[in-house]
Amino acid sequence: MYKYDNYDQTIVNERVNQFRDQTERFLAGKLSEEEFRPLRLMNGLYVQRHAPMLRVAIPYGLLSSEQLRMLAHVSRKYDKNYAHFSTRQNLQYNWPALESVPDILADLATVEMHAIQTSGNDIRNTTSDQFAGIAEDELEDPRPYCEIIRQWSTFHPEFSFLPRKFKIAVSGAKHDRAAVKVHDIGLYLVENDKGEIGFNVIVGGGLGRTPFIGPSIKPFLEKQDLLSYLEAVLRVYNRYGRRDNMYKARIKILVNELGKEEFAKQVEEEWLHIKDGVMKLDQKEIDRVKAFFTSPEYDENAADDTSFAAAQESNKAFSNWVKRNLFPHKVAGYKAVVVSLKAPDIPPGDVTDQQMDHIADLADQYSYGELVVTHDQNLVLPNVKQADLFALWEKLAEQNLATPNIGLLTDMICCPGLDFCALANAGSIPIAKQINDKFDDLDYLHDIGDLKIKMSGCMNACGHHHVGHIGILGVDKKGVEFYQLTLGGSAENEASLGDRLGPGIAKEEVANVIGKLLDVYVEHRQEDEAFLETYRRVGIKPFKESVYASN
Amino acid sequence: MRVIKDKAVINDDWQLIRELDCSKPIPEGKVIIPFIDWQASRDELLKRDTEHAVWIDGDIETETLLADLEHFSLIALDFPAFKDGRSYSHASLLRNRYNFKGDLRAIGDVLRDQLFFLQRCGISSYEVREDKDIEDALKSLDDFSVRYQAAADDAQPIYKQR
Repeated sequence: MYKYDNYDQTIVNERVNQFRDQTERFLAGKLSEEEFRPLRLMNGLYVQRHAPMLRVAIPYGLLSSEQLRMLAHVSRKYDKNYAHFSTRQNLQYNWPALESVPDILADLATVEMHAIQTSGNDIRNTTSDQFAGIAEDELEDPRPYCEIIRQWSTFHPEFSFLPRKFKIAVSGAKHDRAAVKVHDIGLYLVENDKGEIGFNVIVGGGLGRTPFIGPSIKPFLEKQDLLSYLEAVLRVYNRYGRRDNMYKARIKILVNELGKEEFAKQVEEEWLHIKDGVMKLDQKEIDRVKAFFTSPEYDENAADDTSFAAAQESNKAFSNWVKRNLFPHKVAGYKAVVVSLKAPDIPPGDVTDQQMDHIADLADQYSYGELVVTHDQNLVLPNVKQADLFALWEKLAEQNLATPNIGLLTDMICCPGLDFCALANAGSIPIAKQINDKFDDLDYLHDIGDLKIKMSGCMNACGHHHVGHIGILGVDKKGVEFYQLTLGGSAENEASLGDRLGPGIAKEEVANVIGKLLDVYVEHRQEDEAFLETYRRVGIKPFKESVYASN
Repeated sequence: MRVIKDKAVINDDWQLIRELDCSKPIPEGKVIIPFIDWQASRDELLKRDTEHAVWIDGDIETETLLADLEHFSLIALDFPAFKDGRSYSHASLLRNRYNFKGDLRAIGDVLRDQLFFLQRCGISSYEVREDKDIEDALKSLDDFSVRYQAAADDAQPIYKQR
């Protein structure tokens, strides 16, 4: 993974000093709440329902065991012994005191971490595929480009006061696991007909109140032009994006209002001015950054192991976990392991300090000391030998981290909702609990198979409900929480926004309604068809009838 | 005006006129006037034996200034609110693309914690908001000693030094 040199470390250290000074000026009354607000937001610090919330950046989700131990330490020293992984591969603390945030940042800086641009109207943490570097279907590792984008976007002087927040995702695989098409800029590494690798540039996707699947405005961009082209897109957006209405300020609205062709034309004009100047990326720099993302020394004989197959034969619980929580690895005899943070009795994505320390130890022991945060709010140990899987599974289970539910109904994405967030209209964590309570039969869950439930407590859509196979949106109707369901959303290659099922559902009925939807699926499915495929084939009608007919 | 320039607080002899009073003649001396008034009285203004300056906000395209750029010793960029970031792009363009060599001045809602970014976009003087301590604001110009990316302050990307 990328290691800081003196330049990177200096920036992060100077940032700690700057933020300490800003916080002191605020506490001394020299900065008003209104003036401090954008400063603290640029550092991921929100003032929430109960306490401040601090969001720590995990660039493209990649963490070392040492960093995870520090995150555990911070939760013990400054918070309530737990933390929450977010859908942008970041980590959030829900209870830090405002006064202690500079000290937290100083601690994080010792392990090359920070909270820069994890909120605010600036370029946010660039996200990527959680299986980057090890996936079989990968054309090229996207992480070096994420790191190059991270450095370019950090304290970018021209783009730190954008009309609205700005999110970039990069994927290098055939299968899009990074929700590229619902980002402000999405980049797919692609190969052209000359066999060169470059980027297909998607602009103007997004969720929130007005969801859009982003269009491609540049099907092939050469690598050396990456930063100049991003700069051109951002400059057009900074100049012409709407600033009169925060709900219309994202780039998706500009792209939609201008039309894809006109927007692309404006970007092209801007880009031609700058593409051959200082923004042109040196191949030397690409190579330098690439050198940080090398493969570990794999054991050539890893596939000779027979204990893995034997353990699956003899242990049903282990084999259930193997079925759901492993991902194929490009090297024979290795697997990527998904550590489930979706045990039935905890809010999705929450992890305790003990669990963090435990996972860090396991990463050291079994996966070369590295882990990845997924945008589904789980963790990945990317490089585990198959011979180690049984021992690893047992150790994960000791700390409630081996729930065999990855990709299943109970592997829900869920925002913090009314329980923590100041924006929310309705709870999401209690709905997650309700769903977990109702669907506690593992055989049933495995039979239902791949199903993404995504839940947001308000229209801002932090839980990505638009792209859930089943999306759940909490709304407030005259002081009562209701839930609007959508069906058929997806953030993958064939991205689609969910269709609205019908009128809102009462809070206590949500899990029951999901039960009815699943009955319809089971009745209509053909062979191995997953929920989304059945839905796309039969349409919304039978689902609608089943849910609303009896009322 | 009391401004920050060349990393020091100075009083210079520019006078910012937010709105011209049409019933009176334009004040004597070095004045910064709204760009629309410049456009309206350009020929008359050019006869004056003084340096010229205008102020614009984010609504005015930098490109509309190009024909007159040679006449200006100073262009002031207005920040009606600190979160309105359009003038960062305007400053970058005036400096880098349109090669403006005069003073680029930030006016309006200009606060300490913007100055580092502003200077990197080619702003060369700052009228800090009246109720704020301008000496205090001066400190922020040195908030960071390392810059990752190229910008209008002539910095090269840091990787070129690696």
